[in-house]
Amino acid sequence: MSVETSYASDDGSEFWAGARLGLPIIVAVAPFAALFGALAIQNGFTEFQVVLMSATVFAGASQMVGLELFGQTIAPWLVVFSIFAVNFRHILYSAAVGRRMGGWTAWQKAVGFFFLVDPQYAESERRGESGRSVGFAWYLGMALPVYVFWVFNSWLGARFGALIPDPHALGIDFLLPIYFLGLVVGFRKRPLWLPVVLISAVVSIVAYTVIGSPWHISVGALAGVVLAAAMPPSPQARADYDDPPPDQSGQGV
Amino acid sequence: MSEITWIILASAVLTYLTRCGGHLVLSRFSRIHPRVEAGLNAVPTAVLTALVAPAAYTAGPAEALALVAAGLIGLRGGMMSVFFGGAAVLIAGRHFFG
Repeated sequence: MSVETSYASDDGSEFWAGARLGLPIIVAVAPFAALFGALAIQNGFTEFQVVLMSATVFAGASQMVGLELFGQTIAPWLVVFSIFAVNFRHILYSAAVGRRMGGWTAWQKAVGFFFLVDPQYAESERRGESGRSVGFAWYLGMALPVYVFWVFNSWLGARFGALIPDPHALGIDFLLPIYFLGLVVGFRKRPLWLPVVLISAVVSIVAYTVIGSPWHISVGALAGVVLAAAMPPSPQARADYDDPPPDQSGQGV
Repeated sequence: MSEITWIILASAVLTYLTRCGGHLVLSRFSRIHPRVEAGLNAVPTAVLTALVAPAAYTAGPAEALALVAAGLIGLRGGMMSVFFGGAAVLIAGRHFFG
């Protein structure tokens, strides 16, 4: 098949085109990878566990959430559930990007979805919307360097984090709430952002004082999600539902 | 294996499921109801707010100042400036308030 042969010769350049997009992301997340490693060591992780988590979970914000909860006496399944909750947004990424994986084999999809982090999703959507194909070589070209450096920088942070003499004076124990607040503020362009923040904040504080930790997280988060679902949908969302955008994959799973 | 290792492995499996699950499950429906989508969209904001709010509520003056600074910086700058700005205010605050 002629498509196959022209495919192979382009794979190299496609890979490097993807890798170039990954470079600024590697730089931007490096401090957070190192911070994760350092905080994990302070929270009782071994270096092996730091590398294991970065290599298998590969999701910055949720890894930090896990750390925050490890520091308290919380049932293990609740820690897992909280990490799952933070990563639940990937369901939407997966549904959206899956439509663009037209020529991919099942194995390529299985590998590709493992690397579907926020910037990978954003760049794939951007490439797809500009009319270019989201190929496996391009996708991995972006994903692999980001992944390798994420794991390596976590390990570096773990190695040097153990040397920090006075974590309290350096504010290490309160860096996570600052980080989480930064993420929340970064989401402010999303629909219903302010109502969701207000209700989740109030309900989680009330739950924290009335029921106690860690239930305030689930209860507070649920309040925000229910509010978002209960509000009337925007006209745009309504229109997309009544007249869905075309599926580019041309095949099922 | 230790408890932490088990938690990591379970989290890894569930995280992978969220990354392929949207394609496997949602692609079977041609459409996602707007209310479901709005709810899913709100999940990260809601979870992270529920983590921050009680920490802010029970915080001392240095921690509260750091959060206010981080929030204000976040309106203008990126994640990196939020993080280092907030940390700088926190370190200074702890130096003065103890």
